[in-house]
Amino acid sequence: MSTRLATGGRLLNKSKALSFSFNGTTLKGFEGDTLASALLANDRVLMGRSFKYHRPRGVVASGSEEPNGLVQMGEGGKFEPNQRVTTTELFEGLKAKSQNHWPSLEYDVGALNAKLSRFMPAGFYYKMFIHPRSFWKHVYEPIIRHAAGLGAAPKATDRDADTYEHFYAFCDVLVIGGGVAGLQAAKAAAASGAKVIVAEQTAHLGGRAVVDGGTIDGQTAEDFVTAITAELEAMDNVTIRTRMMGAGVYDHGYVLGYERLKDHAPEMAGPRHRLWRIRAAQTITATGAIERPLSFAGNDIPGVMLASAIRDYVVNYGVSSGDRTVVVTNNDDAYRTAIALKHAGLDVPAIIDARPAGDDSDLIARAKALGIRVMMGHGIATVQGGKRVTGVEICAQAGEGAVLEEIACDAVAMSGGWSPVVHLWSHCGGKLTWDESQASFRPDPNRPPLGDKGQGFVSVAGAANGETTLAAILADATDCGKEAAKAAGFKAKATKAPVAEDAVERALLPVWLMPQGAGYKLRSKAWLDYQNDVKVSDVQLAAQEGFTSVEHAKRYTTLGMATDQGKLSNINGLAILSDSLNQPIPQTGTTTFRPPYTPISMGSIGGEARGDVFQPIRRTPMYDWHEANGADWEPVGQWRRPYAYVQSGETVHDAVMRETKNTRENLGLLDASTLGKIIVKGPDAGKFLDMLYTNMMSTLKVGKCRYGLMCSENGFLIDDGVVARIDDETFLCHTTTGGAETIHGHMEEWLQTEWWDWNVYVANVTEQYAQVAVVGPKARKALEALGGMDLSADAFGFMEWQDGSLGGFDVRAYRISFSGELSYEIAVPASQGQAFWDALMAVGADLGVMPYGTECLHILRAEKGFIMIGDETDGTVIPQDLGLNWAISKKKTDFLGKRAQQREHMVSDQRWKLVGLETIDKSTLPDGAYAVGEGTNANGQRVMIGRVTSSYHSPNLERGIAMGLVLHGPDRMGEVITFPGTDGKDYEAKIVSPVFYDPEGEKPNV
Amino acid sequence: MLILNCPCCGVTAEETEFHAGGEAHLKRFGPDSSNEDFENYMFMRQNPKGVHLERWRHNNGCGKWFHAARCTMTLEVFGTYSAQTYEPPKEICDLISAKRPGWSWGAFS
Amino acid sequence: MSNLISALDKATDNSGIAKIEEIGLQGMITLRGDLSKAAVKKAATSVTGVEMPTLGHANHDGASGLCWMSTDELLVLCPYDQVADTLAKMHTALGKAHALAVDVSDARASLRVSGPNAREVMAKLAPVDLSPEAFKPGMFRRTRMAQVAAAFWMVDDATFQIVCFRSNAQYVFDLLKVAAQNGSEVGFFK
Repeated sequence: MSTRLATGGRLLNKSKALSFSFNGTTLKGFEGDTLASALLANDRVLMGRSFKYHRPRGVVASGSEEPNGLVQMGEGGKFEPNQRVTTTELFEGLKAKSQNHWPSLEYDVGALNAKLSRFMPAGFYYKMFIHPRSFWKHVYEPIIRHAAGLGAAPKATDRDADTYEHFYAFCDVLVIGGGVAGLQAAKAAAASGAKVIVAEQTAHLGGRAVVDGGTIDGQTAEDFVTAITAELEAMDNVTIRTRMMGAGVYDHGYVLGYERLKDHAPEMAGPRHRLWRIRAAQTITATGAIERPLSFAGNDIPGVMLASAIRDYVVNYGVSSGDRTVVVTNNDDAYRTAIALKHAGLDVPAIIDARPAGDDSDLIARAKALGIRVMMGHGIATVQGGKRVTGVEICAQAGEGAVLEEIACDAVAMSGGWSPVVHLWSHCGGKLTWDESQASFRPDPNRPPLGDKGQGFVSVAGAANGETTLAAILADATDCGKEAAKAAGFKAKATKAPVAEDAVERALLPVWLMPQGAGYKLRSKAWLDYQNDVKVSDVQLAAQEGFTSVEHAKRYTTLGMATDQGKLSNINGLAILSDSLNQPIPQTGTTTFRPPYTPISMGSIGGEARGDVFQPIRRTPMYDWHEANGADWEPVGQWRRPYAYVQSGETVHDAVMRETKNTRENLGLLDASTLGKIIVKGPDAGKFLDMLYTNMMSTLKVGKCRYGLMCSENGFLIDDGVVARIDDETFLCHTTTGGAETIHGHMEEWLQTEWWDWNVYVANVTEQYAQVAVVGPKARKALEALGGMDLSADAFGFMEWQDGSLGGFDVRAYRISFSGELSYEIAVPASQGQAFWDALMAVGADLGVMPYGTECLHILRAEKGFIMIGDETDGTVIPQDLGLNWAISKKKTDFLGKRAQQREHMVSDQRWKLVGLETIDKSTLPDGAYAVGEGTNANGQRVMIGRVTSSYHSPNLERGIAMGLVLHGPDRMGEVITFPGTDGKDYEAKIVSPVFYDPEGEKPNV
Repeated sequence: MLILNCPCCGVTAEETEFHAGGEAHLKRFGPDSSNEDFENYMFMRQNPKGVHLERWRHNNGCGKWFHAARCTMTLEVFGTYSAQTYEPPKEICDLISAKRPGWSWGAFS
Repeated sequence: MSNLISALDKATDNSGIAKIEEIGLQGMITLRGDLSKAAVKKAATSVTGVEMPTLGHANHDGASGLCWMSTDELLVLCPYDQVADTLAKMHTALGKAHALAVDVSDARASLRVSGPNAREVMAKLAPVDLSPEAFKPGMFRRTRMAQVAAAFWMVDDATFQIVCFRSNAQYVFDLLKVAAQNGSEVGFFK
């Protein structure tokens, strides 16, 4: 059984016991435990079920490479699935549950899949769920959806209870990995004065060296780490962050650091995760190496673990993974595990070494001296056991698996050699080279990721660089640190590499399958990818079926596609594929390494952007008043505008109808502050506006206003609005609400990049003013009640503007109308907006004043046949389509869009043109409906001859009114056309003039 | 994510401060131009794999447009320069020549 | 007028690791012109009493100051109640020079973040190196804060003054509150 040992556990604080629960059972651990070590200490070897076959699974590894030990943590707003037990630090009250089983972890119905595994080979889903087609939606999809998904998704109603944030950091040298290589590289780099950040994904510095032994400068590795950490912490130019993973390396030295601030202590205040957005001149990846499993039958049974992990649990956590551990290996490193277990008083019945007998290296000799039986040239034929290991069957590695001997044991420590963690080197394009001696890919220093100046910006130190001995790792790290500082523009100081001693090892023997000649029965139980249940036989089948590209084989078998992204399975899978294809491994190549290194929380990616600050909400100066007076908000770009002001007992529709009638009959107020206002000034301002607008603006007289249209260079209508001439050199251009920033940018673009010799300056003053449209037959009365300027028709004509005073406010008043009523738009400085609005509401009280929202605005303008950018236009409409030829100058030789509007299809008589549409039964046409004509098109669809662009119920006309674009529309007045609705009904509408209300335009001219 | 140096305000900043504006050095063709010239001006773009001259705006910064010479394959930025010019400056062309011998882009090489 | 209301009516928040305040109405004038021209320089310096700022910098004297916005643009700061006078003086100084001077005081909001953690709070929102060696009082930076454009400078070594669009004031204030939440000290700037 796995248990807590009386001694050992360098990371534990045994004076602080913690209680936690797993599947509802309360268990004990210590401060310093991971969830994995605490579960093992309680003999919880079985931790979950696999994804496809629901095989019983226990923990394999001790770090972020763990494929099996995934649990769901927390409840409600703290619920999160797929948390790795090996990287979850234990805390008081932790609640974890295992995943992928029903009804329980011990008795799982889904495990039947395993019995059927013979019938669920690679590509099973593709092959099985293809016929009959009618089954896709109603049979296969529900089945697959039910079975699919690793763990459970949080409930949509449970909002994440934690907060997250980003942090922008800049440094000269970023070191990813706080093992001895990372620390030494940081020291060498920091000696130059360079600003250094060290990021270590675990809570502890020192990496593997502190577990694996060896001496550095005459001290233990542990003492060395303590000393160098203190040295670095004392330096002003060095920042060390633990619990921060280098998640991804991106273009131009951009690196994401994923800091887990309180996963280990959820009761702490502050954000849970912080995503560091780091810009580093140079990045050193000192990310170490990951041990590879060996591929033998039953290598996924709980109790079969990486040799290094078993060592970690003993040394770091004082936990035995079993009482009797068989070690199986192709290299010397696993002997360290055997020795560590022996020193901890545990039984190691045998070391099964696949390498042929030969000279004993230091480690082999030490193991033998401890009395451990070493069986060279042997392998494991199969592991016995179900929910945990009960023994192993030994065979010759060179044979086909004939059992020579059975050895009872409750744990197996396997080692297939080490693969450098090259992920971060590779994220941004660093290339790899095959290292024959270690049978692994390592970074090719001649082909690094390239930065903004074409320079290499990532280098690799230590085990991640393919170094295997402590001495070589420290020497490599020292050089790497110095070179990185130099590349970042610093003068490197002479830093001596520490002198290190560790065991001299015998060379590894690549072993990709155990035994070498394993038959189908064994191969179909030899797992490559634990999490996605991919076996040796699956990869071989993929090769046989023609998936010869590694990227195809990956997707077909799902090898390496699980949440661990194949950290354990990658090389083993490649080797099997290469063997099946009869080609060397480098020729097969690797799949692409993509960030993040391990999954990071969605919350950290979003950072602060949630809740109130999910996105900016722009508010006008009268926002709070609207809110307090029943505003039903409409998002217009990032602005919030009142759609209608809903009074008690009203529906939104009722409110819109009321506002629309009242504005025509009495007095309406609209908050028009969001409309864009752009000052254009200079000797060439008129000439410039003549280029921007389709009509002539340079002839506009001071004091006058003119409605104008703006087109893009390819002819399409992009914005409209009223231009006021302020003085000889100054114009004020109104834009649509959504157009303020884009039109300002459009103006700057043409001024800066095309007509840079023209003397024009522009400024966006949209928000300087609160602007109120005072609309309706009583508009003048209301303003006169405020008092100040002369508003009589003679003194202040239609399409004029004046500066003056109203009710003591300094105002700029425009007599313009987008409603067809008598109307003034009054601008006051934004800080006076609320006060001015209050004053208008006060004087309007006796005149039937009501504020109105955007929907009323829409109905009023539609009754008048005024177009709205975004309704009548959609980026494919030109002014001529809308009957706006009167606003297109024929005198001007050039304006933006003029040339495009001469193109053949722009002048075609086949273009749909704007008309009004009146339903026969006075109902309201569905917005966006298409009109159908005679016959069918080439695709057999009914021919379309038009579409509805705006449609409303008009309370003033007591009928539905609409505008639409119709083929030959203006020539077909009176004709009735048919709009099939999505509700199955046909709507009949008569083509009429788009001006439904006051066609003579008398109302505003009083 | 790229970093770019704005030649107008001198700030070196990450891509989120900037807005990409497509191909640089387009010559405008107006109302009297032929269909072919207008089509080339309005719609045809180089889209090279390698050296590219392109427009950027420092929209979350000084608001100015500028040009960048950049490799679309390695993302190396050879230099940034004023938008108020009809051709890339000689020192940038020389630098590109040193790094990408035989390059050409439009009329420039 | 007595009923002038700034964007957030001088809201403050002191609940987190830095103090956040909307500082009320601040006079601001956009001046666009050729910054090397004598008339433009004079219009800017004579009304503020500070020297022309160099690229990327701002010069201040209390509520008055000049911020370098762009190659052809300055932000002229003055007391809010003196904007009209200041504009008039500037127009006189500009004479016939081609330039644009316009009141934008009400188009903007001014916020302050202060305290020993002010740098860190700002560095959570703006993609700018705000370490003490890189960003110092006297410098001026236009950038973005999370999703909106903003400009800021340091009044002293522990105080940032931020200018953003008035309509975004609540968003920026709320952003700063999140960034300054308790327990969120980073400890990066030494």
